[in-house]
Amino acid sequence: MKLSSQYIRYLFFPILLIIGIWAVVFYFNMLNEIKESIDEGLEHYKRQLIYKAQADTSLLRQHDFDEGFFAVRPLDREQAILARDRYIDTMLYLQDADDDTLEAEPVRMLTTVFENKDRYYELSVFNSMAEEGDLVTELFWEAVALYIVLVAAIILISNIVLRRLWKPFYDFLIQLKDYRLGHTARLPAVVTDTREFRDLQDAVNFLLQHSIRTYEQQKQFVGNASHELQTPLAIATGKLELLLEKEDMNIVHAEEVADVLNIVERMIRLNRSLLLLTRIESGQFPGGQDMDITEVAGQSIRDLAAMADFKNVRVSLTVVAALHVHMDSALAHIIISNLLRNAIFHNIKNGRVSVTITEDSCVISNTGAGGPLEAEKIFHRFYKSAGDAGTGLGLAIVKAICDLYGFTAAYRFDDNLHTFTITFR
Amino acid sequence: MKILLVEDEQELQEAIVTSLEKEQFIIETPVDFYAAAEKIGIYNYDCIILDIMLPGGTGLELLEQLKSEGRQGSVIIISAKDALDDKLKGLELGADDYLTKPFHIAELNARIRAVLRRHKAEGKSTVAMGNVVMDINERLLSVNGTPVALNRKEFDILNYFLFNQNRLVTRTALAEHVWGDNIDQADNFDFIYYQIKNLRKKLQAAAATVEITAVYGVGYKLIEI
Repeated sequence: MKLSSQYIRYLFFPILLIIGIWAVVFYFNMLNEIKESIDEGLEHYKRQLIYKAQADTSLLRQHDFDEGFFAVRPLDREQAILARDRYIDTMLYLQDADDDTLEAEPVRMLTTVFENKDRYYELSVFNSMAEEGDLVTELFWEAVALYIVLVAAIILISNIVLRRLWKPFYDFLIQLKDYRLGHTARLPAVVTDTREFRDLQDAVNFLLQHSIRTYEQQKQFVGNASHELQTPLAIATGKLELLLEKEDMNIVHAEEVADVLNIVERMIRLNRSLLLLTRIESGQFPGGQDMDITEVAGQSIRDLAAMADFKNVRVSLTVVAALHVHMDSALAHIIISNLLRNAIFHNIKNGRVSVTITEDSCVISNTGAGGPLEAEKIFHRFYKSAGDAGTGLGLAIVKAICDLYGFTAAYRFDDNLHTFTITFR
Repeated sequence: MKILLVEDEQELQEAIVTSLEKEQFIIETPVDFYAAAEKIGIYNYDCIILDIMLPGGTGLELLEQLKSEGRQGSVIIISAKDALDDKLKGLELGADDYLTKPFHIAELNARIRAVLRRHKAEGKSTVAMGNVVMDINERLLSVNGTPVALNRKEFDILNYFLFNQNRLVTRTALAEHVWGDNIDQADNFDFIYYQIKNLRKKLQAAAATVEITAVYGVGYKLIEI
């Protein structure tokens, strides 16, 4: 869940609750205020009527509410003394100007008692609550509207503010995601005054710098170690080869020496492959040129033709479309010849190798003994299938070249064919 | 033939000297950069074998000195640095060849023979052993004056052997020289055996007085019979 969604979720419910409670309280307060103001009006009206009644006694004869908003009823003295002012909410059947028939309407009614010329009367005055009811309804909806607007505003503002505040963080995150150890030259940088983000940048970059140092050292170590081994290996082969030229060598000893020479030669191959890997990975093949992959494949097939003949393997080349790739010439030859060599060597008697070039890929598939290889592992360094006498670096070199140029190398086994696909785009 | 070997690694220097003496070359081995610079300044050599990393300077500096003084002689750089830059720079400065350590003794021999041949004023392009004569430029082989047809690879193999007469040529050295980097797996040995067998047959059929013999399961040697 995104940070902003979470933030809004956390914010939404408290706000919903607070504003809900506030709306209820506000509603009842308003209702109270309205009643109080109506009551005041009734009180005022009452006084006016009582005052008017002293001059105009006809008012005292209005016994029901037909004529106006009041009714008067004579009362005994005893009853009058006991009576108090009473406010009640009730319903009255009234006919408004816009109504055809009587309608029950909510009213607020004040019942009071007054004395006029030593006689006692009970006066009831009322005020329609219909309009006030409308007012309350309106208030209620306004509260709801306010609530919605408020929540929407909060979400909107939060989103904008969050986005603006966290923008440096997301920028930083994108840089981090794109960061590739040994490939990305610049450390991820955050542009902000926010201290937390600056701290984060410092912490991340500290870790990255440490990783870069370790990576560089490791890379250099492999490179240096392989490099430093070259001279001793040169001495060893030289001496062993000269030793084997000695005429007076005992044949048993000579064969032992020959074995050692073979082992030294294996070390040389391993070392050379490691050096090549290091050079590829440390970007010592800058630039490149336009390479016609069909031509490269053709060249590799010609180079290995004698070998394929010897192994009775038929190699075919199918060109579906021309494929030109911008890359180092030596690496282009290595990538194709490594795959082709594997396809010829790990084949069966009277087997087949087919090379297919399409507009974006080179597919090399071959017949072979045994089932599928472990697709995830074959491109790892020193991976060897049973009986493989190679260095175990051939495919790792292919992978390294692919990584260097952003190609993909994939293996699959179907139809009893081992198939390697290099996708160049 | 006078050869100057500039290599500071004592053991490797000794091995190369032993090998080159077998080829009847006269070899001088200056101890350091300055001694080498002095020798280059005074004497002429047919071939100079230069290591790049030297105490006191680099082989490339010696190469520059050599060329600026207009000295004759071909130059082969031997270096543990496989970096393309060095290689290009060396060749640009006028080196004739570049060999990366570790190398086979037979390979160094072949390279020296090749550059010497290229530099020879008379333009003699044949190499002979017994009744076998190979014209390298024309890519022709004749035994006892009769032309013998060889395919491209067979020619390269025999050429390599003729540059290494009576010397051990390991299968790996042969494979690398003739088939390049394309062969580095164990079952190439059968393949090379098969190629050698074909070549032997052709030589025998032509009644050549040379023979390719196996050496302790590690390589072959071209000898005169």
